[in-house]
Amino acid sequence: MLTAIYAILVMIGLGMMFGLLISFANKKWSVEVDPRIHEVDEVLPKGQCGGCGYPGCMAYAEAVVMNPNVPPNLCTPGKDAVAKQVAEITGKKAEAMETVIAFVRCAGTYEKAIRTGEYKGVKDCVSANILVGGDKGCTYGCLGYGTCVKVCMFDAMKMSPEGIPVVNPDKCTGCGKCATVCPRTIITLTPPGVMVKVNCNSHDKGAIVRKHCKAGCIGCGMCSKDCPYGAIVIDNFLAVVDSKICLEKCSDPVCLTRCPTKVIRPAIWGVVPGKELREEIKA
Amino acid sequence: MPQVQEKSDLISSPPHIKSGDSVKSIMWTVAAVLMFPAAFSVYIFGLQATLVTGVCVISGIAAEFLCQILMRRKIKVLDGSSVITGLLLGMSVPPHIPLWIPALGTVFAVVVFKEFFGGLGANIFNPALAGRAFIMLLQPLEMSSNWHLFPNGSVIANKLVTAGNFTSEAFLSITGATPLTILKNGEKFALDYNFSIENIYDFFITNNILQSLIIGNAGGCIGETSALLIFAGGLFLMWRKIISWHIPVSFIGTMALAAYIYYYNTGNPLPGFLTLIHVFSGGLFLGAFFMATDTVTTPLSARGLIVFGIGCGLITFLIRIIGGYTEGVMFAILFMNAMVPLIDRLFKPKVFGV
Amino acid sequence: MFRKIKGGVHPHDEKQSTEDKKIEFMPIPQKLFVPVHQHIGQASIPVVAVGDMVKKGQLIAETADGRGTPVHAPTSGKVTELGNYPNPIYGSSLCVVIESDGLDEWQENLLTTRNYENLTPEEMIDIIFKNGIVGMGGAAFPTHIKLAPPKDRHIDTLIVNGAECEPYLTSDHRTMMEYPDDVIKGTLIAMKILGVSKCYLGIEINKPKAIALMLEKCKGTPIEVVELETRYPQGAEKMMILAITGKEVPSGKLPMDVGCVVQNVGSLKAVADAVEKNIPLIERIVTVAGKTVKDPKNVMAKLGTPFSELFKYCGGFTGKNGKLIMGGPMMGQAQVNIEAVIVKATSGIVTISEKDVDYVPERACIRCGRCIEACTMHLMPSTLSILSEKGQHQTAQTDYNLMDCVECGCCYYVCPSRRNIVHYIRQSKAKNAMVRNAIKTGSK
Repeated sequence: MLTAIYAILVMIGLGMMFGLLISFANKKWSVEVDPRIHEVDEVLPKGQCGGCGYPGCMAYAEAVVMNPNVPPNLCTPGKDAVAKQVAEITGKKAEAMETVIAFVRCAGTYEKAIRTGEYKGVKDCVSANILVGGDKGCTYGCLGYGTCVKVCMFDAMKMSPEGIPVVNPDKCTGCGKCATVCPRTIITLTPPGVMVKVNCNSHDKGAIVRKHCKAGCIGCGMCSKDCPYGAIVIDNFLAVVDSKICLEKCSDPVCLTRCPTKVIRPAIWGVVPGKELREEIKA
Repeated sequence: MPQVQEKSDLISSPPHIKSGDSVKSIMWTVAAVLMFPAAFSVYIFGLQATLVTGVCVISGIAAEFLCQILMRRKIKVLDGSSVITGLLLGMSVPPHIPLWIPALGTVFAVVVFKEFFGGLGANIFNPALAGRAFIMLLQPLEMSSNWHLFPNGSVIANKLVTAGNFTSEAFLSITGATPLTILKNGEKFALDYNFSIENIYDFFITNNILQSLIIGNAGGCIGETSALLIFAGGLFLMWRKIISWHIPVSFIGTMALAAYIYYYNTGNPLPGFLTLIHVFSGGLFLGAFFMATDTVTTPLSARGLIVFGIGCGLITFLIRIIGGYTEGVMFAILFMNAMVPLIDRLFKPKVFGV
Repeated sequence: MFRKIKGGVHPHDEKQSTEDKKIEFMPIPQKLFVPVHQHIGQASIPVVAVGDMVKKGQLIAETADGRGTPVHAPTSGKVTELGNYPNPIYGSSLCVVIESDGLDEWQENLLTTRNYENLTPEEMIDIIFKNGIVGMGGAAFPTHIKLAPPKDRHIDTLIVNGAECEPYLTSDHRTMMEYPDDVIKGTLIAMKILGVSKCYLGIEINKPKAIALMLEKCKGTPIEVVELETRYPQGAEKMMILAITGKEVPSGKLPMDVGCVVQNVGSLKAVADAVEKNIPLIERIVTVAGKTVKDPKNVMAKLGTPFSELFKYCGGFTGKNGKLIMGGPMMGQAQVNIEAVIVKATSGIVTISEKDVDYVPERACIRCGRCIEACTMHLMPSTLSILSEKGQHQTAQTDYNLMDCVECGCCYYVCPSRRNIVHYIRQSKAKNAMVRNAIKTGSK
């Protein structure tokens, strides 16, 4: 019985001694940090996505507190709410942030776009792209091996069975990692409010596009000619929509009815282009 | 009009040709080579040996199959790797062990030490040895007894009894009458049963114990008795470039060197002879040629392999001399398996132009 | 003299079907699709327009910067189109399409006769540049840049690469057998340009006739013929330097940093033609081989000839193809389009039959170490492939010397798990390059 008591006393004594040692070390050798850095870090979404341009949320917190030139609205996943809070803590002014989400500019599913052969390599888009132009006929089109899906930290991208990745608009924060990693720069960041999107990335001439893919933009220019607000330009055989003009001015898109290949479609995220609800398109 | 093909079908990165080796061919070659010591064990220990090895192999295959189905992995049973695990484990248990023990050991080896780690290529520890360690801790007695019940295998047993210096009681008190245990406990016997150490050494020399060890009809576990067959098998595998010479040479060499230095320095009259006894018994050959050369659990570079072998040799010797286990090989290899990631990081090959 | 390299593999060289066949000049195809991008560097810019009549040897594309090479018309005819056509290296590129008029007439006053001994090195470099000569062993690096290293590099050795270690290819072998004088002339020219007095010609011992012939022809010249072990990749630049001079090119550096310049025998023949006769690079020797080719040959083909024409000339196919490769089977690119064309770097086109392509899916690395033994740069290919598979591309570069890999393919060749090691390494290199570019351009 006595030995048990001795054992307990010894353990308590040891615990107290170590506890005192640790708290002493903590006080004597502590590093001075600006307490605001931790406050900012608490507010950030902690996705560690790197969308702000810094390696991780803590790094951005440090930069925004210590460096007067770093703006408080760089966190795209956090959007305006977080920007406001960071601005408050650091005493800086937060400008309004544009919400953007990822947009995959390709409709070349397995059904619509031809493949040049059976690919037997590493299942990764960058790897497929370095082999004499990949295994798809269209050298601008989505290869469908899911490198973008793997890199998304917010679980906002999924590879559809048709071979085109699909973006979940509720989860996508617009951090841009998928856009960086795509070897064919198919993914862009677009404001989610636009009325239409051009689901093609190919700058090939029309005849070549049709040879490779039934869903591609042939650069005919009908959409550009008929748009009353001048929101669409043809850049080297590819239609490009200026999202600002389209957002601000357009309420009834004429381009949707003019496009002969139906590559311009209503801006609906979350489905493979071509599989959206049929009702809203008047042929 | 000659045919000109429209497209070629396969797109892949160069190179477009490869040599013939595959994982399957490697595994089945090793399994085939292991058949020879297994066959020899039947001669020594009778059909009991086949039963044990057979049970191990079957339970290994069944365990891998079930595990891969339940874990929804590709069924890779036909590779032969679980066959090798079963064979090695079966060959490293004593012949008269109740069958459920090696079966359990193999299942544990394949399921926990291979599949749970991630399948072939991802395991850190040698599955057969890890399984053996498991059953050794589970049933230590069964793992080290009853050699003398096998007439062919117990040359020592017969000679001990007829040598006249032992009583049969004395003999039965030796629970594991392998040459190593006799060496280890020799002094104790001398005191208990009233004869000198020299008698034991005499007994060893006059009865050609060394020869028996090499050929294989001395006591021991099923597959580890015949150093000659194992050595021949190892040479064949080296010729086929399935294993490399680095580990067997460094393992056995370090063991021999350590033993010789130890016996020489402790004033033993027969250091060379005892070194050879050490080298040829206790499953060292089976361990050095088949267990320690398992490619998945050993270092990658040549220098790393030599360091691994030296480490195994030293630890085996230390365990045999200082520690309690007359077998040190198993634990030495398992310990060095744990050091492999460190060895890989420290001993990289010298890059061209650096 | 016989030197060995460490590592490497020894596949069957498969040269028996074409090594003794004399070079044949194939008839000019009706249309030639000459790419403007056939070399390492920026694509050249066309200087002709649709409808122009061109003569053989006329300049049709000039360099964008001084570092590319110009492109010349391989035959006389009319330019019918400037468009994108299949390019075997880059997938597709801008091509000048020439419809041949069958006359094959040289441009007026193009050809001349000169003696290299009367020319200065600077003049010769300019001639080589103007005639569009590139490395014809497969790298397509502009020769005028290679033969003019920066002044602070002291060059003392020229190595002529006659090794030709890839299976199936025999174009260099036949070049040496049928144009030995041109090769030697080219070598002497290169020696004068570089200002070296030491020169070695390395040939693998599986070409005994070539060795004997070159030994005979090199008597009285400063060129020393060296016999090399038949091993892949003996013909790689760094391996040639190691085998012949014993020096290792330091990691991240070039052969000129150890005082060596390596040139292919085909390139040197083209150099001789350019300097002494002002002939631009418009045609080259191509080995057409493979088990499904009816009549494998060594063909002198004009640049811009589609592969299909070459296969037609060689009797077509006797079986179904699994792969069509430009170059050798160890490092060549698999082609998806049989209409891809011959470019300056095409040393051969090889087919692999469907049943020989025994495709087996890859599995986990079993750490057998064969790749480490085979790796010519003494790296750890198994670890590099595992790091790439797990996405740790930066670690591969900083800790495991990823950038030293020359992608020779020996690791894949020996791997029992059939892992796409070279592809994984290329993936890591590509992803690291994308990150570097993103940082440079300031984008995320």
